[in-house]
Amino acid sequence: MNGAHDMGGMHGLGPLVVEPNEPVFHEPWEARVYALSGAMGAWGRWNIDASRQQIEQMPAPDYLRASYYERWLFALVENAVRYGLITREEVESGRPSPGASKLMPPLQATMVTELRRRGSPKTRSVDRQPQYRPGDAVRTRNIHPTTHTRLPRYARDKQGVIMALHGAHVFPDTNAQFQGENPQPLYTVKFEARTLWGDVAGPRDTVCLDLWEDYLEPA
Amino acid sequence: MSANPDHPHIHNHAHDHGQEPPSDTALRVKALESLLTEKGLVDPAALDATIDYYENKVGPRNGARVVARAWTDPAYKVRLLADATTAIAELGYSGAQGEHMVAVENTPTVHNMIVCTLCSCYPWPVLGLPPNWYKSAAYRSRAVIEPRAVLRELGLNLPTSVEVRVWDSTAEVRYLVVPERPAGTEHMSEDQLAALVTRDAMVGTARVQVA
Repeated sequence: MNGAHDMGGMHGLGPLVVEPNEPVFHEPWEARVYALSGAMGAWGRWNIDASRQQIEQMPAPDYLRASYYERWLFALVENAVRYGLITREEVESGRPSPGASKLMPPLQATMVTELRRRGSPKTRSVDRQPQYRPGDAVRTRNIHPTTHTRLPRYARDKQGVIMALHGAHVFPDTNAQFQGENPQPLYTVKFEARTLWGDVAGPRDTVCLDLWEDYLEPA
Repeated sequence: MSANPDHPHIHNHAHDHGQEPPSDTALRVKALESLLTEKGLVDPAALDATIDYYENKVGPRNGARVVARAWTDPAYKVRLLADATTAIAELGYSGAQGEHMVAVENTPTVHNMIVCTLCSCYPWPVLGLPPNWYKSAAYRSRAVIEPRAVLRELGLNLPTSVEVRVWDSTAEVRYLVVPERPAGTEHMSEDQLAALVTRDAMVGTARVQVA
């Protein structure tokens, strides 16, 4: 969706402020939101693409005012309600509804390190042959879906060159909708900065994006 | 757009600059954790373990070890640039938000810089969780359109003869910049070199300096 999250190239979003020696979490609640998101995600009711889509659906003015972990908190509550792990009434009251069944067992502390170290690879084996090879010229599609996509606005309808093929990766645009993983070739595509930004960009400078085959057409 | 009467209470100031968050958010999170615990959905000990992992076990020291190894072991550097996920796992680092790693090398003619304009993707196993400036709207919006201005503000003035190559992390590939090894470090051990390598150098917003 053409949301406030798609920030590449926007002006007026404030000064760059660097905090020396900042902590990993600035407030204890941020750490809890981070950890809660992982533990709730472990139930497998939603995926990372659906989670990102949920954040993108935050009303744009709220998104721009919210901090990073406020956005995570928003998505956590929305996902947990939407996918049936808690109800809106329980969020309001802070108590389980009468008769609510207790789910067991939750993510255990002893499993955390192993799960974090294993991660969740997004590569899949597919028969689909890659349509492009490194060096091929491609053009990104001029698409404006109202749902989740990882093709930023600034890189739509632009010509670039395939730099690398990363194998077949889960396609976020369908996975976020629970319409299937639709794994397909993922490429790094290099764009001349001036193709994207015109004369304000340095003549030698480039921008590389990782783009799925469905975002591309031959140039 | 979801109809949502329940979004977090937002105050009229930005939090990207490190101000105190509203205490009602803290209370709300506390109530949420208590609800989820009571429902058997989370175990607070697992939350503590997750926080401990990212506060104490994973961070830019991991990435610095990778870079120092690449600087001192040419065969390792070849492996790192060819298949970073496997080469990084050789040193024991792997997992969430680092499942598909690519290492990009700075040279006298190419300077690499990492951003995620759409959210704040970052290579957690080697750099830990991202700093606020990396997650800020300012960095996410500006890094792709005016990387040289961003770098100048951060103290790095690159000549126009150098290609600034910005990597926007739009998929699940995560990037680690291998900075240039500074002159005058030929005598240093791998450990000494690792101590020089900063987080920002591995994001590509700084050079490695000899102390």
